[in-house]
Amino acid sequence: MEFAFTDEQRMIAETVRGFFAENATSERTRKAMAGDGLDRALWNAFASDLGLTGIAVPEDHGGAGLGMIELALVAEAAGAQVAALPLLGHVMVGQAIAKGGSEEQKAEWLPRLAAGDMISTTTWAARASAADGRLSGTFSFVPHGAVADLLLVYGGNDAWLVDLKGKGVAITPHVTLDQTRPLATVVLTDAPAEALEDGDAAIPAALAAGWICLAAEALGGAQAALDRTVAYARERVQFGRPIGSFQAYKHRLADMMIEIEQARSAVYWAACAVDENSDETAIALHAAKSFAADTYFMCAGNMIQLQGGIGFTWEHDAHLFFKRARSIQTLLGNGTYHREAVATMILGGAA
Amino acid sequence: MKLGFSPAEELFRAECADWLQAQMAGPFKDIKGITTLTAKAERRKEWEQHLGENGWSCIGWPSQWGGRDATLAQQVIFAEEYARAGVPGRVNHIGIELAGPTILTFGSEEQKQRFLPGIAAGKTIFCQGFSEPNAGSDLASVRTKGRLENGEWVVNGQKIWTSLAHISDWIFVITRTEEGSKGPKGLTFLMMPIDQPGIDVRGITQINGDAEFNETFFTDARCPADSLIGRIGDGWKIAMGLLAFERGVSTLGQQMSFRNELDALITAARANGTAHDPLIRQRIAKAEIGLRLMRYGALRMLSNTDHSAIDGAALTYKIQWATWRRALGELAMDVLGQAGELAEGDAYEWSTLPNLFLFSRADTIYGGTNQIQRNLIAERGLGLPREPRGDL
Repeated sequence: MEFAFTDEQRMIAETVRGFFAENATSERTRKAMAGDGLDRALWNAFASDLGLTGIAVPEDHGGAGLGMIELALVAEAAGAQVAALPLLGHVMVGQAIAKGGSEEQKAEWLPRLAAGDMISTTTWAARASAADGRLSGTFSFVPHGAVADLLLVYGGNDAWLVDLKGKGVAITPHVTLDQTRPLATVVLTDAPAEALEDGDAAIPAALAAGWICLAAEALGGAQAALDRTVAYARERVQFGRPIGSFQAYKHRLADMMIEIEQARSAVYWAACAVDENSDETAIALHAAKSFAADTYFMCAGNMIQLQGGIGFTWEHDAHLFFKRARSIQTLLGNGTYHREAVATMILGGAA
Repeated sequence: MKLGFSPAEELFRAECADWLQAQMAGPFKDIKGITTLTAKAERRKEWEQHLGENGWSCIGWPSQWGGRDATLAQQVIFAEEYARAGVPGRVNHIGIELAGPTILTFGSEEQKQRFLPGIAAGKTIFCQGFSEPNAGSDLASVRTKGRLENGEWVVNGQKIWTSLAHISDWIFVITRTEEGSKGPKGLTFLMMPIDQPGIDVRGITQINGDAEFNETFFTDARCPADSLIGRIGDGWKIAMGLLAFERGVSTLGQQMSFRNELDALITAARANGTAHDPLIRQRIAKAEIGLRLMRYGALRMLSNTDHSAIDGAALTYKIQWATWRRALGELAMDVLGQAGELAEGDAYEWSTLPNLFLFSRADTIYGGTNQIQRNLIAERGLGLPREPRGDL
């Protein structure tokens, strides 16, 4: 038992923090927001310079073979800059194939995912009908759906891959609250679909990676919201003193730190639990997703409030954090959903 | 980063669990499950001694002083099994967790010889004399005076909120030993025997009807000249060092008693059907998540070997658990309904959950109120300007 980062993990954290701080600048993110919500140059550098698109992909399929802790470190750093990166779908699809694909499927897809050659995405709570290797259905709210090449659809015990550039696919992009992760509606009409060999293994692996990715993004975003607001609190002077010397202001920042520290425990507990296949895995994931998302929203809301009028402007970055936080709260199950899942574990099902 | 325990550690867990459960099923059956701090004090002193005789009193201490040189993981395991077996809290927790480590860290060799064996054996029960009627949150403004006279310290003044002073043998006291000094300067840390004519302990009845806290009056109270820890004027430094021990492994044992409280609440919710109420379910889930995060926060804090960094988990821990427990008390009353408003018997005495509801109002006050905690977090954790001091 040693609940602290290894030297290697510390190094990864430092590298990715530096990378996103330097490259995922506000200017570049805003450019992506005005376009299709994807900073392609960032994605390419993330894949080729850092080689981190394959962080949790097994080594014999071209990945780094690392686990959820390292994945969380990457997502945390990306979240801290609200990077316009299609990370969520990417890690979910990667884990689904790594854990539920046949050897042929792994050999076919994983090296391409690890190299960052394709953008992948997935659905949540989808209803699909499959027949003879073809899939039909309407999938709303697909993150980065309009720029993705590969879609993972799952339902019941089955998971399928669909080539979004292939036949029977119609995609409608939406203007979305969080423009750094725009949603699209994907309509499949007898689209060719490839069933993963073991859906029962693929689905929980995809969800675990997705929940950890979102929770870690939320943690990074919440900490950045706090750091930026603290910096403002120290330099902004009113009534002849820095506003960070007022107790009403200080205490709100302290409340942010209190929640963030718990969110940090939650994210790394969940990542460890998945990596160690602990019997606490399910509760840790539900805890991490719900707690970190709520923490982020609280911190991003305070970021606007505590910076006053400037925090409400388009020019200031606070709204990027605020909108990302709100969208994370809803993605892959809201807080009520995850807490009810925890309640079911400890109290049994609702009557 | 690793959460699992090794096979050897799991063996140690089994050893702890076997021994603790055997004691609670056999010779100490009568104290199993006690949750208040004052009930059956004499029997619990016997339990302290029984722990000492069997080498389970302070396993994290060096073996030279009655401990087992236990690793962090072993201490975590023992704390968890201790509470899981339904063993009541330590009446000497101040001796084991605060006085002992303070003497180990700052005491002389002679003082270690004098105090540590008795603490480890459960025969020397300690309490803490810090707060005064006019020195609460502003602890550094203590006024209790100490002066050296004919080779003895002579102490005059009043301490308050001295938990368990009425069953303790010794009290450590911060006294102002430099005439005219102010704030943290001129303070000295003294160890005093309680059973003497100059010390008068009077119970304070709390809102739950219990009287765990006391007022302790010092009227020419005496102790030998060598009763100070550190040097004259070091009192503040020693007191702050001592408060840091409060965030040690004992927090994990405390969490296991929280676990027992949450389990009692879950049992009550199942029994009266509120476990089906969607809003109650959300709140119970929140409580469950909060408790788990407390555990992993504590493990992060204890695993943090890089003490140069600001340890956010440690800095936020007190307000986190205090606020969590207060919310649990409020949830308990919503689960119990009016049944929660009926005392256990004819006296104003409360079972676990209503007692939790009442007592948890103290949690957000003692050891630094939630408001003081937020100041500390903002100033030490976030580097914001310090609160200005008045001069009244």
